[in-house]
Amino acid sequence: MFSISYLAQQSMNGVILGCIYALLALGMTVVYGILRLINFAHGALITLGAFFFYFIFFKAGLPFIATIFLLLGFGGVMGIVLDTVAYRKLRGGPEVALLITSLGFYTFIENFMKMLVSPQPYAFKVPQYLVTLHRTSYLTFRTIDIFIIIASILIMLLFHLFVKYSKMGIAMRATSENLEVAEIMGIEINKVISIAFLIGSAIAAFTGFMWGAKYGQISYDMGFLTGVKAFVAVVVGGVGSIPGAMLGGFILGLAEILSIAFLPTTFAEYRDAIVFAILIMVLLVRPSGIMGVKEEVRA
Amino acid sequence: MKERKIPTEIWFIVGGLLLFLALFGATRFLNRYILHIVILIGIYSIATVSLNLTNGYTGLFSLGHAAFMAVGAYTSTLLAFPLTLRKAYELPLLPSLLGGPEAAWPFLPALIAGGLMASFCAILIGAPVLRLRGHYLSVASLGFMVIVVTLAKTLRDITRGSMGINAIPSYTNIYWTYFWLLVTIYVVWRIVNSRFGRAMIAIREDEVAAQVLGIYPMKYKLLSFVIGAFFAGVAGGLYAHFTKAIRPFEFSFFLTFQIVVMLIIGGMGTMSGPLVGAASLIALRYALKPVEEHFKLYGFIELVYAILLIVIMLWKPEGIMGKRLKR
Repeated sequence: MFSISYLAQQSMNGVILGCIYALLALGMTVVYGILRLINFAHGALITLGAFFFYFIFFKAGLPFIATIFLLLGFGGVMGIVLDTVAYRKLRGGPEVALLITSLGFYTFIENFMKMLVSPQPYAFKVPQYLVTLHRTSYLTFRTIDIFIIIASILIMLLFHLFVKYSKMGIAMRATSENLEVAEIMGIEINKVISIAFLIGSAIAAFTGFMWGAKYGQISYDMGFLTGVKAFVAVVVGGVGSIPGAMLGGFILGLAEILSIAFLPTTFAEYRDAIVFAILIMVLLVRPSGIMGVKEEVRA
Repeated sequence: MKERKIPTEIWFIVGGLLLFLALFGATRFLNRYILHIVILIGIYSIATVSLNLTNGYTGLFSLGHAAFMAVGAYTSTLLAFPLTLRKAYELPLLPSLLGGPEAAWPFLPALIAGGLMASFCAILIGAPVLRLRGHYLSVASLGFMVIVVTLAKTLRDITRGSMGINAIPSYTNIYWTYFWLLVTIYVVWRIVNSRFGRAMIAIREDEVAAQVLGIYPMKYKLLSFVIGAFFAGVAGGLYAHFTKAIRPFEFSFFLTFQIVVMLIIGGMGTMSGPLVGAASLIALRYALKPVEEHFKLYGFIELVYAILLIVIMLWKPEGIMGKRLKR
């Protein structure tokens, strides 16, 4: 009943969704590591990114590659704006205050988009040369699918190298280890946090394009559940661990798609519930996540 | 201390009587639109006061309150749904344990059953989720909300799926609403001013120190969660029997967000904060509604809520009624 080609096809869909979650989780885990902030507004950046691409590429007609770079820049700027407008002022306050503010920002952006672009979903088309179909004996895919997977892996690799070897990356890891000590050691905390927001948000805006290209449809509220699931990926993989965030993203993406593909059709509607059931189970068995280390309590 | 306790109780009764006198006057002299808003303020106040018990006093920042309201709303609707319409709506007949296929429950027991059902869910979900700290608790309770909404959408035989249930008998009136609001305030006030409440506040301030003093945190956390859920369930039931129609998506993120905004703007961990927050935000919503509809700016009200929330967090994080703690 389920052939190998069906499995391969669905796994590919799972990997693509996994890429989306993993890239979002990347930005979230870096920010969470430093500020202990679940940035709900991170999800809204997908929406902003997708609509930015839509208007720049389809309406203004800029070339594809230029649009991608503009998109990354736009996402980065939005991240820095969020940080400077709100989170900087709240730093050092209770953790919950940051969470609430990010919820406020999420709702602000979502409803701003709703007023700006109308509540109806938009059709998202990709340039013709990216939707060419390729058929092999097991898989049928479009150029864009390969583009998404390769671009995601490239971003993850670059990010990993950046965090591991660059001076700023090392400062970032030091800050997430212990903010006060890092500051005493002469690390400019504000700069580190700005860079973390810049990179994470640029990547998030890019996932907005990926989402639109994969599903062909964008809407003002696409960011909420995706953003929350990305945080679930962070927790499942292990908070603060960058490889963990990626792993969590892929686990979640594959679990979501494969559960739809192989469970009876009536269960397909439970996809969101399945993701959160995974979360609650992981938290019960291994609260620090698969690759996480036990978190120390911050006073 | 004993002679101080009795007057406060009497104060509650006198206040209650005065309130009901005022409500009687209100039903005579105010038009239906204003009364509609007054009832809605009451229902949201119940939800916000009950959320204050967990989020404000015990410091468990739950985002799953809408889920408890959904459970209460569906339970009390299904129990009290009139027999004559059950067949037409393809709703299940009650099993013999709940009165048999010939029965539809009266309003009060149905409401209480809705609250108890929400409490039961709170025990189920609370046992694993309340072991988590801070942010994890928020996200896990948000996940619980998503699960409940998904179930309400997919269990078509019971909930009619995303079509929702309409033609719910409109039992909720201004007296029922404010009666329950008084009960909620009284219970929360009694809890907060007892050993239990002190223990909850101690847990909020410093869980480790509370443990050192011999307080077993899980017991108090679960208790505040379960009691909060009961009144959220009641608020959900009142809401269902007030709007006469419920659909799963009404109980999703935006409902939780609204209640959280009301609580934070009013002031977490204060008695009057939730009431001030609920009243002012509902009033604001109905003041802005003509603007939204006239300019077709859908989402405008939510936008204003979000801006208010951010402004409050940045400049007066303790809320309107809260006092700034010295650090």
